[in-house]
Amino acid sequence: MGTTEFGYYPGCALHGSSNDYEQSVRACLDRLDVRLTELEDWICCGATAAHSINQKLATALPARNLAIAEKAGCGSLLAPCPMCSMELLKAKQAITSDPAVRDEMSEIVELPVIGSTDVVNLIQVFQAIGLDAIKSKVTDSLDRFRPACYYGCLLTRPPKTLRFDDCEHPSSMETFLAELGAEPVDWNFKTECCGAGMTLCDPDTVTDLAHKIIANARKHGANVIVTACPMCQMNLDMRQADVEKKFEETFDMPILYLSDLVGLALGISEEELGINRHYVKLQI
Amino acid sequence: MAKIGVFTCWCGENIARHIDVERVSKAIESLPGVHCSMNYKYMCSEPGQSLIIDQIKSLGLTGVVVASCSPHMHLKTFRAAAQLAGVNPYMVEMANIREQCSWVHADKEEATAKAIELIRISVEKLRHNRPLQPISVPITKKALVIGGGVAGIQAALDIAAAGHEVILVEKEPSVGGKMAGLSETFPTLDCSQCILTPRMVEVNQHPKIRLMTYSEVEKVEGYIGNFSVTIRQKARYVDVNKCTGCGTCWNGCPNKRIPNSFDFNLGNRTAIYIPFPQAVPARPVIDSSRCIHFKNGKCGICEKNCAAGAINFNDEDKLITEEVGAVVVATGYQLYSIGKEQSNPNLSGYGEYGYGKYKDVIDSLQFERLISASGPTGGEPKRPSDGRVPQKIVFIQCVGSRDNAKGVSYCSKICCMYTAKHTMLYKHKVHDGEAHVFYMDIRSGGKKYDEFVRRAIEQDGALYHRGRVSKITEEEIDGVRKLVVRGADTLTGKPVTVEADMVVLACAMAPTDGATALAQKLSVGYDEYGFLSESHPKLRPVETNSAGVFLCGACQGPKDIPESVAQASAAAAKVLVMFSQDHLTREPEIAHVDESLCAACCACVQACPYEAISIEEIVDRKGNHVKNTSRVNPGLCMGCGTCVAVCPSKSIDLEGFTEEEVYAEIESLLS
Amino acid sequence: MEKTNTDQTFEPKIIAFVCNWCTYLGADLAGTNRLEYPANIRIIRLPCTGRIDFNLVIKAFEVGADAVLVSGCHPGDCHYNAGNYHARRRWILFRELLEVLGIETERIHFSWISAAEGAKFQKFVTEIVDKTRALGPYRGYQSITHESEER
Repeated sequence: MGTTEFGYYPGCALHGSSNDYEQSVRACLDRLDVRLTELEDWICCGATAAHSINQKLATALPARNLAIAEKAGCGSLLAPCPMCSMELLKAKQAITSDPAVRDEMSEIVELPVIGSTDVVNLIQVFQAIGLDAIKSKVTDSLDRFRPACYYGCLLTRPPKTLRFDDCEHPSSMETFLAELGAEPVDWNFKTECCGAGMTLCDPDTVTDLAHKIIANARKHGANVIVTACPMCQMNLDMRQADVEKKFEETFDMPILYLSDLVGLALGISEEELGINRHYVKLQI
Repeated sequence: MAKIGVFTCWCGENIARHIDVERVSKAIESLPGVHCSMNYKYMCSEPGQSLIIDQIKSLGLTGVVVASCSPHMHLKTFRAAAQLAGVNPYMVEMANIREQCSWVHADKEEATAKAIELIRISVEKLRHNRPLQPISVPITKKALVIGGGVAGIQAALDIAAAGHEVILVEKEPSVGGKMAGLSETFPTLDCSQCILTPRMVEVNQHPKIRLMTYSEVEKVEGYIGNFSVTIRQKARYVDVNKCTGCGTCWNGCPNKRIPNSFDFNLGNRTAIYIPFPQAVPARPVIDSSRCIHFKNGKCGICEKNCAAGAINFNDEDKLITEEVGAVVVATGYQLYSIGKEQSNPNLSGYGEYGYGKYKDVIDSLQFERLISASGPTGGEPKRPSDGRVPQKIVFIQCVGSRDNAKGVSYCSKICCMYTAKHTMLYKHKVHDGEAHVFYMDIRSGGKKYDEFVRRAIEQDGALYHRGRVSKITEEEIDGVRKLVVRGADTLTGKPVTVEADMVVLACAMAPTDGATALAQKLSVGYDEYGFLSESHPKLRPVETNSAGVFLCGACQGPKDIPESVAQASAAAAKVLVMFSQDHLTREPEIAHVDESLCAACCACVQACPYEAISIEEIVDRKGNHVKNTSRVNPGLCMGCGTCVAVCPSKSIDLEGFTEEEVYAEIESLLS
Repeated sequence: MEKTNTDQTFEPKIIAFVCNWCTYLGADLAGTNRLEYPANIRIIRLPCTGRIDFNLVIKAFEVGADAVLVSGCHPGDCHYNAGNYHARRRWILFRELLEVLGIETERIHFSWISAAEGAKFQKFVTEIVDKTRALGPYRGYQSITHESEER
């Protein structure tokens, strides 16, 4: 297998609160000979705030990032944060479906943009590399892991924009991890809200939601929750102590990124992947 | 030489107020071919018509132009008047100087000038018109009814009762359709099978009805009054004439665990089977895809046991051709398959309800079988996963219906009623059970319908929550598998969670698979969902735009049983109106081919929406090939003229709107 | 209608080809509802837009039309199931051909007007008359035929 290239849009999370995710993604993809080229001078994707204030701004912010990617000749752009990839895809959809929007956006962002770049999430990158190519580099079996694959609210929604997996019953992470030797569990809350958006203003509700998810994963026999979203990971990991306190239950449920688990299979150490920086320690 | 009379109407003041009719008459007088030009206060009145008739007779007019209202209003009137006076009705033209002139132009000068030009157009056309004779088509007084559900049965019985032969084609091994599988019917709660089975028996025994079950319409050719239909009678592997329906074969079949589609896979059947005990005809079929004999040539127990020697493993599909005069389509409905891949990508919603994933989430037709006395549980509501009697059932309405995002936009009409019925039937069987209903609105228009829903709520204690369900998950609670239903009650503004034992989804009604393929064979239109189109939503509700083809039942749109039956009788009545004559008279304004000019390029054949044009060979007296030509079937042509527009040599033309006539109209406008 | 060259009094001649089942009835409805519109339009009634050979449109220009209107049933509502689809497809091809020939395609108006859309008919006709009045008399056809004769 030769080197595969992807454009890379880290977004604020992977350069800030979830830089362990970036560490994990980079370590893992580096081992798989994937080169990531970070977009030069990328800006905020607008998530969480822009679309509730100004629709035009909500399209223009990701549109500028798409324009930068197009200028750099980037065919596929990895946005590991599902919030970012959703915003980028929403902008792409708006631009490609209406020439008037396309022209207006090109004018606002002061760069031509036609929406030609494919925006992909982390799972799609692994799918693009291919199972066989990954399996050929696997050194360690994942058979001690019984992951509950957690997609969260954004990885598959809105379905008509993302066109990724089954929106209510996704299974792409399970299929993938099962091939690497893990035993994914069937559980109920793969796409439930974890409450991350309310983490500061309504921690009580967030604790309830996080409890529901972690408890259900445990009930169905999971010993680890795997996610591909920095917000989900942070919320379930950081809030777990509060959950345990409020509900008087001990979970010790490690919350790993998908790249963490793939990385472990590839023989990358926990330190290299940044797993040691998580709140809940991995003791499996 | 044409002798044309032009008669300008005042329409009281409707025309005369805005048009100087006197000046119009004068101006028209000098047009070529015009022999007389008069005006009168009410042309359509008895004296007005007499005036026309008198003028035709006294002056020997060959054609008439009436300048008055829209031809949609009175063309037939004036054509009839002209015919009385001995002028061919197709030598009458109208100039619309009321709707399209006096009523829309206030300036009298402009309106008068326009009226003159409009009449000039009509006069020029009439100068090029030629007399036409109505087309007479013989009728085969035999009807084909497609679909043996309650609608098809009703239509067949009504037509047969009038003394005409009927062929009733049903694709399943038994007639009865969806109604045969229902438990009890709203709003009377009478047993569905008790009221239907006598009708099923009747169609089978009626001397005028030829019942063809396990058969499908393969091909339809011909036209109104003269259809030739090819029916595929699928191999049954049982000789229905020898078979006595004793049941030895299906009782002895070792292959007993095949999901029965009549029970929507909740129960099992054998490889040789009748779909349900009251099936009509009570003759089994062998499911060759599941029969052991067809797999390895062994077994053959049914053959050995059959005293009548009716088993025939070498049976084959048969193609049967029948001549019929009218077709009634009654192919019915199925439920929208929720959460599954659909041909329309917009219709794949509701994965969150877990249908197909959780065994105890079932659809409404499955629930009908569960509470039907003839169903797989003998009428006891037992849940499919473990056979426990559910203590709490959640019914969700509008699954797919009225949902533009992931379902269909229409209301399926019957779900409010049958859901209320389901809650009642359940409560009558499990007195301490809880029946929860999530609904958007309750639509219970109909005789004794709203009273029925109120009864479910007030007397039987069904718990109605106005709101949608967001998600269903399966959890083990206190050692029992429960379905946790999370929804909202928008009246109280609170989220509702019900730990239910079973969930019943009232899925949207959809046309049956294959309905659109059949519609194409019959040249009947259908909408984006595949429901067949009636000719007019109000005034021609059972006719289609394909002459001689009628609709009834849910193939045309969601309907309950009374409506389907009423429509079936209406369709039968339309067939009988047709059959009351020996010949059909059709408008002669249809296409015809100048066969000496036609180069048989087939452009018209492909453009024709009715497949009314075919390529035929012309041979000389000795049978030698002279040339090919296209030829119009006068029974099929509806007169749209699409063929004329595409014909490169204009060897095809449309009577009443010929190239010559239309060009004459345009040329009359030369300035 | 006499054509005059002074722009204030120029009254365009507009020839309409409409189907019998939708637009003709839409025009009738405009009348029943007394919806006034300019008297410049002459309707030729045909069974279906599918019947309209675009030679008819050329012919209309030849006899001096300043604009031509073609209107039938909405897609999906054709009395003959599919005639209007044929018309639409043909129009797409025909328009390109006209552009090559040098006929001003902005003088040809294509629309769907149902039997219930009297008001739409009124609005559509009024707009076309205004537009055509702004464009001025159509002399393009004469110049095209003149050129080809010279050649």
